[in-house]
Amino acid sequence: MSSLMSIKNMSVNFDTPGGSLEAVRGVDIEIPAGMSVGVVGESGSGKTVMCRAAMGLLQGSTVNRTGTVIFDGHELTAMSKEQVRELFGSGMAMIFQDPLTALNPVRRIGAQLSEGLRIRLGMSKSDAMARSKELLELVRIPNAAAVLKSFPYQLSGGMRQRVMIAIAIACNPKLLFADEPTTALDVTVQAQILQLLRELREDLNMSMVLVTHDLGVVAGNTDYVAVMYAGEVVEYAPTKKLFADMRMPYTEALLDSIPRVDHKSGTRLSVIAGRLPDPTHRPAGCGFAPRCKYAQDKCTTDHPELKTDPDGHVYRCWFPIGEAL
Amino acid sequence: MAGSGTAHMRNTVDSVLTVRDLTVEFRVGNNKTVKAVSGLSLDVVKGETLAIVGESGCGKTTLVRAILQLPPPNSGEVIFDGTDLTLLPKENLRSARTSMQMIFQDPISSLNPRMTVHQLLDEPLEIWDRGTRAERDERINKLLFSVGLEPDLVLNRRSYEFSGGQCQRISIARALALDPRMLICDEPVSALDVSIQAQILNLLLFMKETHGLTMLFISHDLAVVKAISTRVMVMYLGKICEVAPPDVLYSNPAHHYTRALLNSVPIPDPTKQIRTELLQGEPPSPMNPPSGCRFRTRCVGASALCAEQEPQLREVSPGQFVACHHPIV
Repeated sequence: MSSLMSIKNMSVNFDTPGGSLEAVRGVDIEIPAGMSVGVVGESGSGKTVMCRAAMGLLQGSTVNRTGTVIFDGHELTAMSKEQVRELFGSGMAMIFQDPLTALNPVRRIGAQLSEGLRIRLGMSKSDAMARSKELLELVRIPNAAAVLKSFPYQLSGGMRQRVMIAIAIACNPKLLFADEPTTALDVTVQAQILQLLRELREDLNMSMVLVTHDLGVVAGNTDYVAVMYAGEVVEYAPTKKLFADMRMPYTEALLDSIPRVDHKSGTRLSVIAGRLPDPTHRPAGCGFAPRCKYAQDKCTTDHPELKTDPDGHVYRCWFPIGEAL
Repeated sequence: MAGSGTAHMRNTVDSVLTVRDLTVEFRVGNNKTVKAVSGLSLDVVKGETLAIVGESGCGKTTLVRAILQLPPPNSGEVIFDGTDLTLLPKENLRSARTSMQMIFQDPISSLNPRMTVHQLLDEPLEIWDRGTRAERDERINKLLFSVGLEPDLVLNRRSYEFSGGQCQRISIARALALDPRMLICDEPVSALDVSIQAQILNLLLFMKETHGLTMLFISHDLAVVKAISTRVMVMYLGKICEVAPPDVLYSNPAHHYTRALLNSVPIPDPTKQIRTELLQGEPPSPMNPPSGCRFRTRCVGASALCAEQEPQLREVSPGQFVACHHPIV
């Protein structure tokens, strides 16, 4: 299977007054063409920084990115800011968690939606407006003509996220980064938006990176999953394989700690004690060792390397689940 | 439903809280009125955890705030421990509130950043004159221990020095300081990470047992509700759709809205994905709710009757009450 984006050994450090903060370290991810890859983890695990760094959105003197990112034959890490920007819209696009802050509050939806069409595809103003209306219909917004003339504050959260999706797909991108696209929405609206994304991906043959903290969202909407912890990918596998046969103790603990509608009521949840390690002082061994119920002495001293099973299941653990000690 | 009725009321002597025909409306100019809660009744029995679920804007938070008289409802009764709070003079209301404490969604902004943990916990004890200084200090230490915090390490620190989960532990300790009979939790875990959420839910379950608390628990997350509640009430546009014990409600929802909500919950198992017809659109405006059943505009089972007549709550199986003309059997 050909890979649309390949991230190799990417690390991101931020210079802070408290020292260097290692937000992402040594991440390797392949995004196969036409597939949907989920990125899960707790707040602060580096999910968002990883996506933004891959797209080249993190800039400034305090950001240090190393490693290579290759997208559709372009080595993004060797290109200038301007060259990478040329790929936005028609190559890569992104939707964000909070559609209200991502949209410009003082511009009408039509202006924000047609901007990319005019700049990237060179459309005339009237053509771009006509296409904008089609795009709003494509994301199932009723009364598209009226919405074109509206301001973001006049729309509900679900409608705003639909507008964001319309803007993102306007120039037919090959890869869509969706950073917690449904976290701010009600569960019924979340289901609608996820269904819309599934249908659009199929119709437009678009790949997607879906960042979320919700393993439920991952289970129903992705082909592959990368689990992140303390800035690293700690497990990567096809979604069905991951849920059927977890190797990484962290993934198991995360799944066990969430309440589920398909469990009996009053079920006590198992708890992951403690919290994420301080990103300015990463521990020498495995970052999860202090919270892991399977941890041995070796885990606190030696940093585990990525291991790959013959079937391509990748994990970062000295004592993976299912292996005798 | 979006219907009315009182069939689900148990009227027992064990009721800690009884709400009858509660209505909250807000004037919003242009002679328009937001009908946030309309003629709603409920009761909470001692030791029970009643969870209230529904989408944003269904009136969950307005309902519990009206129970606390923050602000008082437009009409209706709120009987707590045998007293109607809506009739109490201000001073008596203040003392009544000591036995019904609240925990909020955002743990960091609900704690005063200028006060130390010691001051935060001492304030209610001092105002209500609970013991001497030494007795109060001992009580504060006990409270902090019980929520899993080390008093020596936290007493002199302020809220911004803690994580969200730790702040929620402090909020719980503060809510329990005056030994309330009832704890009202408004989305207490929505702002927390999944691993922290489990810690706080387990703490709330533990506190409920050890302090013999009765709880009102608001959440939009049906999975969280299933884990913690003993009775669930589903709300839509200011009215009740269904009231039932969690295991009944989740396995055999009788209201079309309950079923639609349940089908929307993502299940963390790729082999158990349900792809049914989703609920279309969004709730109508509470300024101009639909006639009859308020859910009828999005309901797959709606008929002409639903527009004409408001459904009343009725018992469809033991303990399960639904307000629907055409319940799912």
